[in-house]
Amino acid sequence: MGNREQNTGNSNQLPPHNPPLIKGGSRGGVATRDAYGEALLELGKKRDDVVVLDADLSGSTKTGKFAKAFPERFYNVGVSEQDLIGAASGLSLTGKLPFASTFAVFETGRAWEQIRQTVSYSNLNVKLVATHSGITVGEDGASHQAIEDIALMRVLPNMTVIIPADGIETKQVIEAIADYYGPVYVRLGRAKVPVVMPEDYKFNIGRAYTFHTGKDANIIATGIMVSVSLKAMEVLKREGIDAGVINMSTVKPLDNDAVIKAAEASGLIVTAEEHSIVGGLGGAVCEFLAENHPVTVKRIGIRDTFGCSGHPDELMKLYGLTPEDIVKTIKEALNK
Amino acid sequence: MTPISTSRDIAFLKEQARAVRIEILKMLTEAGSGHTGGSLSAADIVTALYFYKMRHNPKDPKWRERDRFILSKGHAAPLLYAVLALSGYFDRSLLNTLRKLGSPLQGHPCSKMLPGIEVSTGSLGQGLSIANGIAMGLKMDGLSSRVYCLLGDGETQEGQVWEAAMTAAHYRSDNLCAIIDNNGLQIDGHCCDVMALEPIVDKWNAFGWHVIDIDGHNMEAILDALGEAETVKGKPTMIVARTIKGKGVSFFEGKVQYHGMAPTREELEKALKELG
Repeated sequence: MGNREQNTGNSNQLPPHNPPLIKGGSRGGVATRDAYGEALLELGKKRDDVVVLDADLSGSTKTGKFAKAFPERFYNVGVSEQDLIGAASGLSLTGKLPFASTFAVFETGRAWEQIRQTVSYSNLNVKLVATHSGITVGEDGASHQAIEDIALMRVLPNMTVIIPADGIETKQVIEAIADYYGPVYVRLGRAKVPVVMPEDYKFNIGRAYTFHTGKDANIIATGIMVSVSLKAMEVLKREGIDAGVINMSTVKPLDNDAVIKAAEASGLIVTAEEHSIVGGLGGAVCEFLAENHPVTVKRIGIRDTFGCSGHPDELMKLYGLTPEDIVKTIKEALNK
Repeated sequence: MTPISTSRDIAFLKEQARAVRIEILKMLTEAGSGHTGGSLSAADIVTALYFYKMRHNPKDPKWRERDRFILSKGHAAPLLYAVLALSGYFDRSLLNTLRKLGSPLQGHPCSKMLPGIEVSTGSLGQGLSIANGIAMGLKMDGLSSRVYCLLGDGETQEGQVWEAAMTAAHYRSDNLCAIIDNNGLQIDGHCCDVMALEPIVDKWNAFGWHVIDIDGHNMEAILDALGEAETVKGKPTMIVARTIKGKGVSFFEGKVQYHGMAPTREELEKALKELG
């Protein structure tokens, strides 16, 4: 794929339509957007200052659940993302707690300057919760696959950036950011993801969760790449390589202590994100380690290119985001 | 509702507008840069808002029941600073620090640095959306406070303005009154040459707004329009205020080069003589 000429007039050469890889783990997975819809509904029951705004995608972002329960606290602004951010900002200025949702590519791209000038610069209490991030958007193709949103949000002063790994963490994140004053970007996905976080997990903004600290390598992952990394860890273990996995759900502020500990333990760090290798989690980790504890870092992510149409499973393979890709990267770096 | 204006009110407001213009010119000269033309063109409108129409309390800038003013055309910051200082939000001596390092009077308004600024602005086209959100929130809380939003005419070339225009009409935000400072000029020249805006009144009518077309330097007309806006139900109001860029200083009036240029010391002296 990526070379359309090859396929012209010969549909037999198109990749086979495989069954989905990302359909839930042993404990049954949900898409983080579905968990968001439920969390928002619960939050709306608890707090009457919660208001929700959407830009004609409430069925997909799952804010529709809140809209149905609390129509007087829901605003659909139509297909107008810039106005979405402005209206959410205005509501926050009257003491409301606005959640503004649409697809990640439109929220952070189309309305980036509104977020910069109004939300971030005035440090407003606006929660930007975007869905359909990354290439697992799938068939809609590159126009709808946000692969630069972490970078776009991370560069803004006052902004907190969170990418939950599963449904459990998504619910915790929504509760946590409701109790925190300031702009927050939460990055959610369309596809189902396996449950990876423990039942008794408690999310704290800025604190990573370490599943295991490895002596040979440590994988710092975020979002859906946490479950992929855990699978890689198991494969490596069978081959006698001790790799650790850290869920860095808050990319900004980065959990510096967790990164240092991992770097001290192994000397090889691998970052894993369903995002460009430029400016996202990999960028954040490299920036921090280069200044504070230089070690070898390998970045797993989309290698400075656009996505394309396909099944999420096919795209994860095409762009090198599978457990096998992580295993190969670590083994190569360790010369094993 | 504010009481019916009297001739004494009008005389007072005209005098205030003169004082506001003097402060604008002085601070811009001291700063050596900034936006003269668009600060002077909207001076009468904003004076009428701060010294007559709006409920606000300089001693309690975050008063919950205050009326809100959003300066969407953030480059008219000198005008906003002048009315805030003369209202008593901060000491007048601060005006001399405009645009200087360490000053809360930033080149464009920053809400984190100065009391009385509702939200930071400066990038055009964003204020009306913010005003919409505030209007929604106030209604939700059952407050009768009103929201005023000042836009430049050139600013309405921004697409977001029209997104916000639809939203305000859709949500029937009758507690929102926007004003266009229709001075006909933008940085690169006459609006009609750069990117034609007319028919402005018809456009806002078509977008479902109550539109009032006035002379933006006639204080009686300004007060009448602001009063009329309060009586409109189920629709936001747009006051299209026909103004003159640089109004009040003959040699700045209608001159496009004074959009983003401060007066020299000599020009200030001449201007102050004109203003009396």
